[in-house]
Amino acid sequence: MTDAEDIPIVEPEPEPEPEPMPETAARLLAQLEKELKDGIIEAAHTFGDLVVRVAPEAWRKAAEVARDKLECDYLSFVSGIDWMPAPKVGGDEAGGDTSAPVQPTETTYGVAGSDGRFQVFARVQSTTRHHGLTLKVDVDEAAFSLSSWVPVYPGADWHERETWEMFGIDFDGHPGMRHLYLPAEFEGHPLRKDFPLLSREIKPWPGLVDVEPMPGEEPSEEGGTGQGGGGE
Amino acid sequence: MTPLLAVDVAWGWIVAIKTLVVLSIIPAGALILGYVFLLKMMSHMQSRLGPMDPGGFHGWFQLIGDGIKFIQKEDIIPEQADRRVFMAAPVVVLISTFLLYIVVPAGPRLVVSDLQMGVFYALAVSSLSVIGILMAGWGSANKYALLGALRAAAQLIAYELPLVLAVVGVVIQAGSMSLQDIVHFQQDGSLFGWSGIGFPLIFTQILGFLIFLIAAQAELTQTPFDMPVAESELVAGYMVEYTGFRFLFFFMGEFGTAFAFAGIAATLFLGGWSIPHVHGTMADVLGPIVLFVKIMLVSFLIFWVRFTYPRFREDQLQALAWKYLIPLSLLNILATGIFKVVL
Amino acid sequence: MTVDFRTEALMQKHLADARINVELETEGMVLNLGPQHPATHGTLRVVVKLDGERVVSADPVIGYMHRGYEKLTEFRTYPQITTLINRIDWLSSFANEVPFIHAAEALMGVEAPPRAEYIRTILTELSRIATFVLFLGEMALQVGAITPAFYGFRDREHVLNLIEAATGGRFHPNFNRIGGLKIDLPSGWIDDCRRVMKKIFDSVDEFEELVVGNEIFEVRTRGVGVIPPGVGAGYGVSGSNLRASGVDWDLRRDGQPYLVYRDLDWKVWTHPDGDSFARYWVRMQETRESARMVVQMLDGLPAGPVMAKVPRIIKVPEGEVWINTENPLGEMGYYLFSKGATGPFRCKIRSASFSNVSILPWLLKGVYVPDIITILASLYFILGDIDR
Repeated sequence: MTDAEDIPIVEPEPEPEPEPMPETAARLLAQLEKELKDGIIEAAHTFGDLVVRVAPEAWRKAAEVARDKLECDYLSFVSGIDWMPAPKVGGDEAGGDTSAPVQPTETTYGVAGSDGRFQVFARVQSTTRHHGLTLKVDVDEAAFSLSSWVPVYPGADWHERETWEMFGIDFDGHPGMRHLYLPAEFEGHPLRKDFPLLSREIKPWPGLVDVEPMPGEEPSEEGGTGQGGGGE
Repeated sequence: MTPLLAVDVAWGWIVAIKTLVVLSIIPAGALILGYVFLLKMMSHMQSRLGPMDPGGFHGWFQLIGDGIKFIQKEDIIPEQADRRVFMAAPVVVLISTFLLYIVVPAGPRLVVSDLQMGVFYALAVSSLSVIGILMAGWGSANKYALLGALRAAAQLIAYELPLVLAVVGVVIQAGSMSLQDIVHFQQDGSLFGWSGIGFPLIFTQILGFLIFLIAAQAELTQTPFDMPVAESELVAGYMVEYTGFRFLFFFMGEFGTAFAFAGIAATLFLGGWSIPHVHGTMADVLGPIVLFVKIMLVSFLIFWVRFTYPRFREDQLQALAWKYLIPLSLLNILATGIFKVVL
Repeated sequence: MTVDFRTEALMQKHLADARINVELETEGMVLNLGPQHPATHGTLRVVVKLDGERVVSADPVIGYMHRGYEKLTEFRTYPQITTLINRIDWLSSFANEVPFIHAAEALMGVEAPPRAEYIRTILTELSRIATFVLFLGEMALQVGAITPAFYGFRDREHVLNLIEAATGGRFHPNFNRIGGLKIDLPSGWIDDCRRVMKKIFDSVDEFEELVVGNEIFEVRTRGVGVIPPGVGAGYGVSGSNLRASGVDWDLRRDGQPYLVYRDLDWKVWTHPDGDSFARYWVRMQETRESARMVVQMLDGLPAGPVMAKVPRIIKVPEGEVWINTENPLGEMGYYLFSKGATGPFRCKIRSASFSNVSILPWLLKGVYVPDIITILASLYFILGDIDR
């Protein structure tokens, strides 16, 4: 069973001194600030990488600045994240899915914070200068859309299609938004936290063995003892 | 009464025997070529074994078993297909193969019919298969089969010319279009005064031999010219709708024609059935064996190239034929003519 | 209106001719490559609009193998996830585990002992050799030569035997653990590895003679599918594909330091042309380079433990980290968000083939139909990598 006391909770003790930003990250941040000015909401660094949260209106301008001024010609990916804590699998009754890791029920946001539940984040890198940065942007749940990066990085086409498919976030200016991985009739947006992992809904862990009764026999009362775990 | 092998046989019997021999050579030749080169040689070149079980010794029964399997399969004809054209197409291809064997001699008296225009006849008849392929593509009622057939037809027609022109040099040197005469010319000739191996025309007609082999490779739609058949996007080209014994006819036609072309190449350039200084009944007995060995050698070259090289794109294929092979073969004819007159 | 039977027959004949003319229209013909197809490595479907022999537009349809990995990672513990991510790029499975394990180790502050890092590098380079040697044979197959494909498989078997001897699994080793490796190498493995590397050098020479030296292969691949470096980077094309366009960028040398590449003496290969031939050539050279690296590492393998001290139940502290590595297919990266539980909060998997294939609509415009196959073969994607 889970050990509730082992989950680290945010301790109410003074924050340790934040590590100084590495030199490359500081340089990139300075250039970004010069170009975007108010567009930058928050900046931080994690394990040597610069993470910058920009305002939604400055999303495309940030891409242009990254490509032109910071020489980041290479697009790694564009994706989304849903900060809501996942509801417990199998509902709130005791039991449920005991195999999935138990995530904290408190909503905390990652590096560079967030204003809401959904964020889109992207990573761009430079093949010539060998630096890169991560850009994050909050997506307002009321107007669930951002401007598309396709005019700046043509590869963003597929990444934005995937983000829309998985989270539901629209991209203005995208040439032809349609499903990428899932069939056209699929309903729902799978990577949202409130979209359940269907395989575990259908067959809770540990999986029950479907025992077919012998002809003429009564169907057996009990299920197998945790043997059928293969069905994922 | 025609004497045949010192036995007097009636004319009717001779025709019957010759028909039977030709009819059986095609499957036999196809089987031998298919087994030795397609199954075994290819496998060993690719560091694997090939069939080992059927029949016990290195799987010699594999192709025969395949043939039996094909014959007992269901005969499926697409609903929209033009039935008569669809059914006739493999037969047309096979007929052109049969007709090729009529002129290839296996001994001084072992030839079905030694036509005066043997070479001309053989090359003319080999192009009948183009009609069969077009019929197959059209009759299949399949857009992609039709495209494959059109590509095949374009390729075959383009490579007919180098095939014919390459042979003209041989005809000029030997002074006759009859295949038996050409073989006798090579048997009785001498190289720089030494008549040990006669005068196989490959020595002076090496360019013609190479062009003939390349063109034959294209005529057989073998790699590197197999774009019509091994289309990665069109599965099997014009043969795609054929199953069962109709497909077997195509298969036999392909390998039977390979056997026949190798036979023609061996006859024209390597001396055919002849061994110098061996005449008469001895030649009748040894001739087929010698011819068979030479056919195996030529087929080895054809199949070796097939398994090694990548394939040409359609436009590159056509460029090769029109821009390189035809001018080269014309040059060959010119050179041969000049030398024949001068020397 | 009624017509007599002769006119009726004539009308039917005209109708039939008209139908055939429409059928035989070759403009705007739509060709469906796949999803079951001998030329695509897995279930990739490319819907191609043709004008005679030339492509007007191409639209890849992916997702036939989508297994929902990013969703699954939110419901699995870290050791369970290593099993899953082996199967993203199944030809070089060991290499997939490495960035994820590094991400978890970075967040935990755990460092694997030097021997573990060396063995990880050796096995990653072995996966690279296995993947590339198969590519060398199998691209020749797509272009039409059947024999080199068998040689590719045969040589791959040698490397797979090595990987199996070390890890227990040919395709899905599942050998990495957070903090090091499962167990140490078996005895005699190092000598076997040296022997196999000699064979690899010989076989790459064989491929060079057989395939690269073949004029037909050159004619089929030179100038076909040229990716200009700026366009390639914009689409996210990475790995050997980008290096074949002249971009001198290799994450083993230029990215965040990982594994032991900084200690080795090796070279990054690029080619200025950017066509299919260049992609083949670059991978061929990289195979040799990987073999050289493995030999260096075997000579300098440090002694010591292969596993650091980590708690039995892995809980990764809160934080987020981006780790990307040079996988055989390109740049593979994991953006790991953790909230201190036994499994990640969100794990974004950046796979190389996804971006490599996204350039197809741009790349396939105006090429001949047979060149489609050459281009697909030279980009070298794996469906598991595209679809995750």
